Amino acid sequence: MPHKAFAWFILPSALAMLLFIALPLVSIVIQSLYVEHPQVLEQVESCSPFGGCTMETRVDAQATAALREAEPLGRFNGLGTYLNRSHLATGEIAEILRSSDGFADSLRQIYQLPFYRALLFTLCYTFLVTPLGMLMGFWIALAVNRIPAMLKGPVIFVSLLPMIITPLIGSLVIYWMVNSRGILGSLLQWVTQDPTLSIAASGPLTWAMLFLYGIWIAAPFSFVVFYAGLQTVPQDTLESAMIDGANRWERVRFVIIPHLVPLATFVSLVQLMDNFRVLEPIIGFNAQARATSLSFSIYNDLQAENGQLFASAAATSLLTILFVIVLLFPVLIRTWRDFSRKGAH
Amino acid sequence: MSSTPSRPNHTLTIIATLFVLVWLVVAGFPFLWTTWGSFKVEADFFSRADWTNALSGVNTIRQTGGAFTLDGYEGAWIQNEFWRAGLNTAMVTVVVTLLSLVLGTLGGYALARSGYRYAFWILIIALVFRAMPHITLVSGYLVPFFELNIWGTLPTAIIVLVAINQPFTLWMLHSFFLSIPKDLDESAMVDGCTRFQAFREVIVPVMWPGIITTGLFSFLLAYNDFAVTAMLLRQENQTMIPKIASFLGSIESEGNVMFAVSSVVSATVPLFLLVMFFQRQIVGGLTAGAVKG
Amino acid sequence: MNRLLNVSAAALLSALPFAAQADCGIAESGSVRILANDFGALDLVMDRAASCASDGVTVSINQTEEHKNLQVPALSIDPAEYTVAVIANNSLPPLLNEDLVQPLDELVAEYGQQLTPSQLIRIDGKVMAIAFMVNGMHLFTRSDILEEAGIEETPTTWAEVLEAAEAIRSAGILEYPLAGAYAPGWELAEEFVNMYTATGEPFFKPGTAEPAINSAAGVEVLETMKALTEYMDPDYLSIGSLEASKMWGAGEVAIMNLWASQAGPLIDAEGDYPEVAPQTVLTAAPTLGEGEIPSGALFWDGFSVAANISDEDAAASFQAMMHAIAPDLATEHPSGASWMIDGYVPTANAVGIMANVAEGGRSYPTLPYMGLMHSALGTELVDFLQGNETAEEALAGVEAAYTAAAQETGFLQ
Repeated sequence: MPHKAFAWFILPSALAMLLFIALPLVSIVIQSLYVEHPQVLEQVESCSPFGGCTMETRVDAQATAALREAEPLGRFNGLGTYLNRSHLATGEIAEILRSSDGFADSLRQIYQLPFYRALLFTLCYTFLVTPLGMLMGFWIALAVNRIPAMLKGPVIFVSLLPMIITPLIGSLVIYWMVNSRGILGSLLQWVTQDPTLSIAASGPLTWAMLFLYGIWIAAPFSFVVFYAGLQTVPQDTLESAMIDGANRWERVRFVIIPHLVPLATFVSLVQLMDNFRVLEPIIGFNAQARATSLSFSIYNDLQAENGQLFASAAATSLLTILFVIVLLFPVLIRTWRDFSRKGAH
Repeated sequence: MSSTPSRPNHTLTIIATLFVLVWLVVAGFPFLWTTWGSFKVEADFFSRADWTNALSGVNTIRQTGGAFTLDGYEGAWIQNEFWRAGLNTAMVTVVVTLLSLVLGTLGGYALARSGYRYAFWILIIALVFRAMPHITLVSGYLVPFFELNIWGTLPTAIIVLVAINQPFTLWMLHSFFLSIPKDLDESAMVDGCTRFQAFREVIVPVMWPGIITTGLFSFLLAYNDFAVTAMLLRQENQTMIPKIASFLGSIESEGNVMFAVSSVVSATVPLFLLVMFFQRQIVGGLTAGAVKG
Repeated sequence: MNRLLNVSAAALLSALPFAAQADCGIAESGSVRILANDFGALDLVMDRAASCASDGVTVSINQTEEHKNLQVPALSIDPAEYTVAVIANNSLPPLLNEDLVQPLDELVAEYGQQLTPSQLIRIDGKVMAIAFMVNGMHLFTRSDILEEAGIEETPTTWAEVLEAAEAIRSAGILEYPLAGAYAPGWELAEEFVNMYTATGEPFFKPGTAEPAINSAAGVEVLETMKALTEYMDPDYLSIGSLEASKMWGAGEVAIMNLWASQAGPLIDAEGDYPEVAPQTVLTAAPTLGEGEIPSGALFWDGFSVAANISDEDAAASFQAMMHAIAPDLATEHPSGASWMIDGYVPTANAVGIMANVAEGGRSYPTLPYMGLMHSALGTELVDFLQGNETAEEALAGVEAAYTAAAQETGFLQ
């Protein structure tokens, strides 16, 4: 396609992304490199309805505004925010390695640092939920493909439900179902014959529950895409495989799966990214005590009642993007090869 | 499992059916439970005392006289005018879906047909854009939007949702276009069509199913969005999900959870109709397209 | 179903045409634009404000849970998107830091005759906000269970709470007689703040933004919290205030410290919990050690007027809010909230919070960097409660997290 035609076709989409994603992204990069000006503090008398009047510290808003006026971006901090305790914590890690007794102890101490704790959960979640969710979706697709045609519509709708119900309510209802007095929690206690069993009280069980919830939420997407892909499996290839004596499994293994690989690449790309940004289940299940994620740190930093740390949130966001790129690298290389091939002919 | 290829394998069909049944229970039970519970009072559905209260409805009977009550629906739809949020959501989702598809098909087609290196890089950049956590983006919008005096209106939220949704739409549609033979539009152009005519008259008709599938995902994104709509819309323009969130209440103030539950249940009805209406196209869509990564 | 009634009453009021024209005494024309949180008690206030709309006066209201995230950008443009921000003592500092709200002394002198001195929030001698309702955590006890366990007096200190809990447990009545809003994040931090307030110690070194909680007082608070958790359901770290009130309703709990705003349904004998409600007693929050201060930091809800607006709009807005929080509000809806309005007679659901106020409860600190401290507490105390850290390590962790945040925002160098 000639450059000019290409430009016209891509223009609206590119413009939208440029304005609403690229520009903010640039400002986020800049934001992450700066910290705010020193706040000019002053002592003033302040009176509240309870406890009477006391001398309290205030920000001298005018003096601080004057500083800000002079240098609107704030103080340049370089990579300082990236390396501080809330992020990569290089100083703290060096200190831990220097002073700790033994490898296990340093690991324990590093795990106390918020970033690494969030990273561990995020990675575990991504690497378990992505493949298992896809596998689940694939099996459902294979199974639904075999049921009578008239049932397919309702089955597809029900399969989409986990994706349709807003996580806001979905996780709330499931939280109540799995708590120690809820229907699933009671069922679990009955199965294990342990009346004190409580998912929320146990770290590993909380993780397991979050993973299962993640798979439940992720499977429908894979299912829809794979199910559709199954409809396009070339019938003649399947038939010739049958004539060659391939059994059912071999047909799945050698005809269906290779046919679905390009689809799987696409699904894994989308799912890896979405799972890496896991946030809602942690909030919905009140699971912050046992599991936090990178997106959760960002969310936490941006909350007004927490003082809105914009630089910190920006740094975590960019680290998230960086990790996603690393994770997606194999897929990117594949896309590059496909693309070069396409360009060649 | 040795089977004669010519004969349909009944055992396997039964296993598949059983598996589908198990999945249906797993996927549908929480929703069924929610639907059932939406006709109870809060003390029953969210009971710490005994989950069987949700089945028997002791408190519902005590408070309302019957085992089922429409209080939740009445509270949400009549007292709190949930229909208003519903209308806003309808407007947002329909426009977002249409706009996303228009922009996405144009862009996706260009990316699929261009052999130049920059097309690849645009795809990669779009991917990086998609990795952005939405909340970070939204917090950056506030000041400029207030300054331009466009904060709080539906068009603003719609454009933002379309933009945020573009990377996914581009990728998906680009993959669909790749599966449509190049000869199709090239021969149309040989016949004297311009590039755009070829796109509109020849390619788009073949693409319908793919467009509908992509549309489904755009629709669901807009429908379920919370981060953008909660922060960028003022109260009279509020959509369903932020409205539902406000029913839930916050730490210092209790909401009415049953309003939220019944709203969620009623919000699923239009989606059911939609999926039933489009289900053949959804499946057929990917059939024709067979997304290629 | 008190809540339902309240909500439907509010809906009715706003629907009836005659209510839409109130005389708010606004002489000039003007535009009133209000940003507020979204919950029942504020709905009552906002409906009254909306009724001030007339030919010359437009009133628009945006009630949203995101109000805290919106207020700074919305008020920083000129003219501000909103003329009134409904705030609480923990959401006022961000507006003060940026100089986004105006002193109200003149407006109070001209239109605020109805206000009592305790409603005026003065900073540096100037009235910066008007408070109209109060909230905070106080003690809920079950008289029947305490009696059964042989405890005659309602506990007033945390030590007594622990004794009572032990008595209830050893009497075999409840294995886990206590509950609290210990969900990590804002709520867990709030528990710490409440109890630390009771020590009377400052959170910061006087005159600076440097943290001062890694002290004997801080350790005492953490040890007490840990001791309390021994008597809480093992999943206490996933229990927030909403779940805690459900546990109370289910009769699982005998003693808890929880929000006054949640008391209504829990003491309503006609409501969701007829077995529990008549036995529920509300008293002031317990004190810690030898201290005398109840462990329930007090929050006031109030409003401020934006700085970047015309004088005409400011006057109209102030008058509309005065009409909204006029004494009628408290007499018409006495159980709607714990009002700070002249003429309010506390109802049964406000007994606990009024006891907190009477016994010298302190305000939640209105310091510019308190939010950062709160956030650090919310994330860093979890490991201690789970037994992975000592109290000193946890407090050092809080201070380190706070310091990183305070450096980023310029409060510490």
